[in-house]
Amino acid sequence: MASLLQSRTPSLSFSSSLCSTPVIRPSVSFLKPRSGPRIPVVRAKIREIFMPALSSTMTEGKIVSWIKSEGDVLSKGESVVVVESDKADMDVETFYDGILAAIVINEGETAPVGAAIGILAETEGEIAEAKAKATSQFSSAPAPSAPKVEESSPAPKVDAPSPPVDAAPAPSTPGKVVATPYAKKLAKQYKVDIGKLVGTGPFGRITPEDVEKAAGITPAPKSNVAAPAAPVASSAPASVPSKAPSNFPEIPGSTVVPFTTMQAAVTKNMLESLSVPTFRVGYPIATDALDALYEKVKPKGVTMTALLAKAAAVALAQHPVVNATCKDGKSFTYNSNINIAVAVAINGGLITPVLQDADKLDLYLLSQKWKELVEKARAKQLQPRTFTLSNLGMFGVDRFDAILPPGQGAIMAVGASKPTVLADKDGFFSIKNKMLVNVTADHRIIYGADLAAFLQTFSKIIENPESLTM
Amino acid sequence: MQSAISLSLSPSSSITRSDCSVAANAYLCTPRSLRFCGLRRKVFESKSFHSLKVSTRLVPCSRESNFNKVCAALQSNGTPSKGGFDYDLVIIGAGVGGHGAALHAVEKGLKTAIIEGDVIGGTCVNRGCVPSKALLAVSGRMRELQNEHHMKSFGLQVAAAGYDRQGVADHANNLASKIRSNLTNSMKALGVDILTGTGTILGPQKLKFGKGGSGDTFVTAKDIIIATGSVPLVPKGIEVDGKSVITSDHALKLEFVPEWIAIVGSGYIGLEFSDVYTALGSEVTFIEALDQLMPGFDPEIGKLAQRVLINPRKIDYHTGVFASKITPAKDGKPVIIELIDAKTKEPKGTVEVDAALIATGRAPFTQGLGLENINVQTQRGFVPVDERMRVIDANGMLVPHLYCIGDANGKLMLAHAASAQGISVVEQVSGNDHVLNHLSIPAACFTHPEISMVGLTEPQAREKAEKEGFEMSITKTSFKANTKALAENEGEGLAKLIYRPDTGEILGVHIFGMHAADLIHEASNAIAMGTRIQDLKFAVHAHPTLSEVLDELFKSAKVKVNSSSPIAQPVAV
Repeated sequence: MASLLQSRTPSLSFSSSLCSTPVIRPSVSFLKPRSGPRIPVVRAKIREIFMPALSSTMTEGKIVSWIKSEGDVLSKGESVVVVESDKADMDVETFYDGILAAIVINEGETAPVGAAIGILAETEGEIAEAKAKATSQFSSAPAPSAPKVEESSPAPKVDAPSPPVDAAPAPSTPGKVVATPYAKKLAKQYKVDIGKLVGTGPFGRITPEDVEKAAGITPAPKSNVAAPAAPVASSAPASVPSKAPSNFPEIPGSTVVPFTTMQAAVTKNMLESLSVPTFRVGYPIATDALDALYEKVKPKGVTMTALLAKAAAVALAQHPVVNATCKDGKSFTYNSNINIAVAVAINGGLITPVLQDADKLDLYLLSQKWKELVEKARAKQLQPRTFTLSNLGMFGVDRFDAILPPGQGAIMAVGASKPTVLADKDGFFSIKNKMLVNVTADHRIIYGADLAAFLQTFSKIIENPESLTM
Repeated sequence: MQSAISLSLSPSSSITRSDCSVAANAYLCTPRSLRFCGLRRKVFESKSFHSLKVSTRLVPCSRESNFNKVCAALQSNGTPSKGGFDYDLVIIGAGVGGHGAALHAVEKGLKTAIIEGDVIGGTCVNRGCVPSKALLAVSGRMRELQNEHHMKSFGLQVAAAGYDRQGVADHANNLASKIRSNLTNSMKALGVDILTGTGTILGPQKLKFGKGGSGDTFVTAKDIIIATGSVPLVPKGIEVDGKSVITSDHALKLEFVPEWIAIVGSGYIGLEFSDVYTALGSEVTFIEALDQLMPGFDPEIGKLAQRVLINPRKIDYHTGVFASKITPAKDGKPVIIELIDAKTKEPKGTVEVDAALIATGRAPFTQGLGLENINVQTQRGFVPVDERMRVIDANGMLVPHLYCIGDANGKLMLAHAASAQGISVVEQVSGNDHVLNHLSIPAACFTHPEISMVGLTEPQAREKAEKEGFEMSITKTSFKANTKALAENEGEGLAKLIYRPDTGEILGVHIFGMHAADLIHEASNAIAMGTRIQDLKFAVHAHPTLSEVLDELFKSAKVKVNSSSPIAQPVAV
């Protein structure tokens, strides 16, 4: 649920330059190699392709597929790789022309945001260097006894441009390596240097069996169907505290469905939320006036969500501490904007579109924006938020408790509005619609009285909602 | 179905005829063979042969020739209309296009003949779509049976699946023979005269057929349709030996399954063969001249198809290169393919494989047609035609009474397009003006899963929208949400609708997924009939079926106009 502010070094978050274009197409950024002692002079333009941050909650991405293969010439704007973020699969395009020299993270593997997933060389001459760099720096996978590539022997490819002088090379020329398509695929998967293998196939070509042997794998019973990228134990995202899930007795007949990336992101955020000391304050609010207003503005396209978000935003403007964040456990971070995230359930997960500057926009604009946002959020473009609104009232839930998403000060849980018998101070009974709101807050920065005061303001706004339409 | 009764009668045999309406004609020849052809159902309705209401006519076929054959045809094949022609319509080429035209011509009451120099059925039936579907049916099953994960998810256990090459090849061959005889019988049943030999146009409304030389037979026809089709295109520098370097003609016979085959060209044909070969255990290397595999498909569909049909399989590829020279395997050497850059023509190395399949497209088969006799110049071998399939001569003038359909005109090289063009032509020659909407013709690629499309691709639609200044929208649905697809464990798939939100007009539909080829027709029919999305939304689809993918697709479209169909009368049930 909800967001997690990027805790990684901000310089590595490449949440792309897509705001300018209406087309949602994130692009990978390429940076020059971090200038450092490791590479003294960056003469050659060898760029790393980083795992892009496709959403603010994304911490790692899975490579669904490489659209381009090693050796392919890329031109600016071309899609290079398909990345599965915590929200969706997206095509990622390049900002630079060049040659995809090496793929560091293979299909089906996962890499943290900002990690190099491939190497881009500017010219063919740099491919070998880039490849060497890839193997030396990034060979993270447990390659079974994969010999290191020496720079002098660029991994041969069948289509490697042969010198234009007298073409028609004779078959089985010494030094020329012929490997079958599947052998090449396996070599890539197991990180076997195909140039070092001796082919045993017809005409001395390298067969899939040769590669498997070199990788120390007993060849699978010859199956004609390529296994869909056998999940090579990817360098696991070591961040999740392993709570040894082994002790539960296994119930026969149960099925195990691994988390999707989105579900994994939720899990991570939820665990992280445990490190924040939170408390909760509830408040009953009469909604007759709000309901009446809603009936009035509904034909103009205003939704209950927009009304509640607007009311919360107006209240937050008066209580900035509830809109603040505690980032380091030592200070308040007061946010200048009021960005309200609203939790929306979608198939197999949850998205949280953010209404930016919810206090400043009028109700109609806000409603309109909301509609666009839901569309957009499904397509995975999310902005920083300072407060979250979660409403389960439409399901008849009367009260519930929200978990505070990391990186925010407070979250509001809204229950259903229900007719309730009330006794007023004169002893008269009446029936009014009442809803219960429950706010969870970070007690390091927001105290009980802060929250109570905020809720009082919020309740006044809801009970006299005319101001919302102004 | 249709059926034929053929009788061979000796000259002395007496012929039973009732209601004989022999045209008083001076050219009665000795009848050598008589063919009684039944109207579609009437043959079987009447128990006795003698009670058949046969209206026999003796047709003087040609005055000046040795054509001493009397054709006794039923009215189902019409009588040549006035003008003294032997036939109303002669079709050169008995492929799917010619067959479609012939059947429709008979229905329109035209006296029809079809000339075929090879086998009935043409490319599609004998060397194309039909046998390849047999191979693909096998490959689909192999693929499924070998996919342990897939089987396990059904709870099925299958021991190692294997195949017998000859058995697979026989299946393809038997299917082709069966379809060929069906096709032949359907024409015979309707009384279409099948004339054997090569057809050559001699002049306006005049042609000859035969094996060439003096034995040729001359016929005249009011209208002539050229439907000679195409042959595999083999680019220069490629030596086809039929064994290690082959075209689709050879590949369909499946004489051997190479361990490693290069497929030159990644269009429909190449893609389908990659599906067959990889399922049978081969590894495949694609060689594509364009920068991208699967050119011609909607880019998004192509991308998805590549993700499913290429990347996980034992396939690699070289794009942006031509195979400049291919040498068949000999003297203990493998097949050697020399590559050059498609743009710069620089050498790009060589590929050594066990076999190479040339699937670079098809070249029209229009040689020997006698086009020079009517001053028609082919363009790259294609016969130039206008939108009504009327042949255009070298001066840009229409050649009267001459039409060209199918691969030979190159408009849309698909069997069913040829047939549709043929039907369109028959409509015209029988007096109804008709222009075929080529954008309503669907196309399909029978990989696993299948790909199908109709209308414009997204870039084409975008260009059109920009040029004509209308708004264009796109909506998509996934097979992942379809019950039937999930039940089959085939959730991989996408359907994409390109449409005009202002009118609800369908511009294009592209499907990638299980049975996509069968699903496309709802969309192609809608385009052909001009049905709008707002009306399609109310059409009911059986649940749970794959057709609901399209149902959902139409329903997800945001059309700004309301349904135009009148409120239907309630029907009591």
